[in-house]
Amino acid sequence: MNKIQFFDATLRDGSHAINHQLSLETIGRYCRAVDDAGLSAVIVGHGNGLGASSLQVGLSKHSDISMLSTAKKNLKKTKLGIYMIPGFGTIKDGLLPAIEIGVDIFKVGTHCTEADTTKEHIEFLAKNDHEVYGVLMLSHMASVPRLLEEAKKMESYGAQGIILMDSAGALLPDEVKSRMESLVNGTHLQVGFHAHNNMNLATANTLTAIQSGATIVDGTTRGFGAGAGNCQLETLLAILKKMGISSGVDLYKMLDVSDDIVAGEIGYSGGISPLNIISGLSGVFSAFDEKVQKAAKQFALDPRDIFIELGNRNVVGGQEDLIVDVAMYMVQNRKIDNSSYLLESLL
Amino acid sequence: MTKVKVGIIGTGNIGTDLLVKVQRSQELECSLFMGRRYNSRGMKIANEMGVPVTDRSIDALIDNPDQCDVIFDATSATAHRHHAPILKSMNKFTIDLTPSLIGKMCIPAINLDECLDEDNVNMVTCGGQAAVPIAYAINQVHPDVSYFEIVAAIASKSAGAGTRANIDEFTQTTKQALINMTHVDNSKAIIIINPAEPPIIMHNTLYTLVECPKMDEIKHAVSLMELRLQQYVPGYSVVVTPTFENNRISTMVQVTGRGDYLPEYSGNLDIITCAALHVAETYVKRKL
Repeated sequence: MNKIQFFDATLRDGSHAINHQLSLETIGRYCRAVDDAGLSAVIVGHGNGLGASSLQVGLSKHSDISMLSTAKKNLKKTKLGIYMIPGFGTIKDGLLPAIEIGVDIFKVGTHCTEADTTKEHIEFLAKNDHEVYGVLMLSHMASVPRLLEEAKKMESYGAQGIILMDSAGALLPDEVKSRMESLVNGTHLQVGFHAHNNMNLATANTLTAIQSGATIVDGTTRGFGAGAGNCQLETLLAILKKMGISSGVDLYKMLDVSDDIVAGEIGYSGGISPLNIISGLSGVFSAFDEKVQKAAKQFALDPRDIFIELGNRNVVGGQEDLIVDVAMYMVQNRKIDNSSYLLESLL
Repeated sequence: MTKVKVGIIGTGNIGTDLLVKVQRSQELECSLFMGRRYNSRGMKIANEMGVPVTDRSIDALIDNPDQCDVIFDATSATAHRHHAPILKSMNKFTIDLTPSLIGKMCIPAINLDECLDEDNVNMVTCGGQAAVPIAYAINQVHPDVSYFEIVAAIASKSAGAGTRANIDEFTQTTKQALINMTHVDNSKAIIIINPAEPPIIMHNTLYTLVECPKMDEIKHAVSLMELRLQQYVPGYSVVVTPTFENNRISTMVQVTGRGDYLPEYSGNLDIITCAALHVAETYVKRKL
C-alpha cells in the first residue's frame, strides 16, 4: 500500500464550528504540536478557504495572511496548505499573497460539476511548480462517470491529485468505494477523500476510501469541523495502527493535541475522547474508562498505558479489580521515559 | 427615420442575443455580424434573419469602415485588446461587453451620461450591472457606508466557457465596479455557480454595513433605482426590499431574461445585452 498523506483540516474546516474565530495563539500552538507529531500537512484559514471571509458565509477573526504567517512561523517539517474556491478567492487577492508567505500545498475546489472554473488557478499554480490538488465538493450530487470527467479536467490543468469531498456527509460506504475506484483506475492522479460525519460514517467512509486506493486523507483532530464534523484523525490513526498500516504519525502526541488543544483550549466537545480510542485499540471493555482514569490519577500514570497493559493481559468484563493490580505493577516497573512505553507492545 | 447601422463582433451567446435585440430596436439595425465560422449557430441565425455576415471578423470592417457607426464587441477580453486600438483609429463608438476593462466602466442607471463622451465603454459584469446600482442608491442616502458585499448566483448553464475559464475576472471586476461607483473601498464580490436543473434564475444579494441605517429613505432610493433599471432591463426586480437583519442590510434582486436568443434563466447575460443596447440607443439619439 502506498504511503498515506494526511491533510489536517482542523484549522480550516474546524473554523466553521466556531464561526471562523480561531485565535492566532491557537493556530501557532496547534501547528507546533502537529509538526512535532509528524503530520504531513496542515491546511489553515477561513472554513470556506482564502478570500471567503464575508457576510455571506462568515467573517474571520483574523485575515488569511495573518493566519498563514502565524502557521508558517510555527512549522518545521509539516507542510502548510491552503484551500481556495474560485468565486470567493482569486489569484490576485488570494493565491499570490499565500505564495509570498511560503505556502507549500494548494487545494483548489469547486462544486463537483464545475471543474472548469478552477482551470486558471490550477494552471497558474502548476506552471509555477507549486504542489496543487483539485477538490470536488458535495460529491454525492454527481454520478460516478461525471465525477471522473470533472477529475480528468483538473488532471489536464496540471493538478497532481484529486480530492473528493463528501461535504454533506451523505455518502454510504459503497458509494465511496465506487467513486474512489473510478478515480484511481481512470486517472493518473493521487486520489483523496474528505469525509463529514452527518451519518456517523466519516471514519468508516475514510477507511473505505483508503482500502479503495486513496492515498490522501483529509481529517480533523477530534473531528472538529462544519456541522457534524469530519473524519476524526486520531481515531483513524488508531485504526491504521491496528491494521498494521504505518502512518508515520505519533498517535500519543496526536491524542494529546486532541485533549489539550481542541477539547481544552478551543473547547470543542465533539468527537471520541482519546481514552475511548485507546480502549478500542487495546480491546478493553469500554466501561473500564472511569476506573482507569481514577487509578491513573492516584498512581500518577498515563491512563492510556494502563489500558494497553490491561489489553495485553486479555482482561474481560467483570475484572475491574485488575486495574489497580496493573497500575501498581506499572508503578514498580516505571521507566524513566515512560511516554507511550507500552503502545508498541500492541503491535 | 433611418436606423443607425451597428456592427457586432462575436457571434457566440452574447453576440447572438444582442443581435435579436438590435433587430427589434426602433433606432438601430445590424449591418454586419462579424465572426470566424459560417457554420456557428449564431451565424446561421443571423443569416436566416437576413443580416449581413462575415467570417473575417474585424478585418471585414477594416476593409470597409463606413458600413457601421457603432460597434459592439462580444468576443473576449484578449480579442478586445487587439480590437480596441483599431476601432479607436476608425473613430467608432465602441461598446465592449468583454471584461477587458479598457474603456470606462458603464452602468447605465448610474453613469450613462458621462459615458457617451467616451470612445470606448465597458459593460463591467452581470453582477455589476445588477447589484452595483442598488449599492449606489444606498450610498446616496448613506455616504458613510463602511462595507458592501455582492453575492451573485447564476445557473451553471448560463455561464459560458469564457466566464468559467476566467472566473477571477468576474470577481475582481465586480469588486472594482463597486469601489469605483461608490468609493467604498472595503467592498467584496462573490460568485456562485449552481448546476441545478431546471436552472436557477440569476439571483444577487447586496449586503451593506452602516451605522444607524435610515431604512425608509434607503427603501425609497432602492425602489426608484429599480424603476430606472426596469426601463432598460424589463426582467429586473427587487425580490427582497432592503431589510435590516443581523446588523446588516440585505437586499436581493433577480433578473429574468427576455428569452430572446438565450433562455429566461440567463438573466445574467440578458442584463448585459440590455444594458449595452440601452447605451447604443441613447448614444445615437443624443450624439448622431
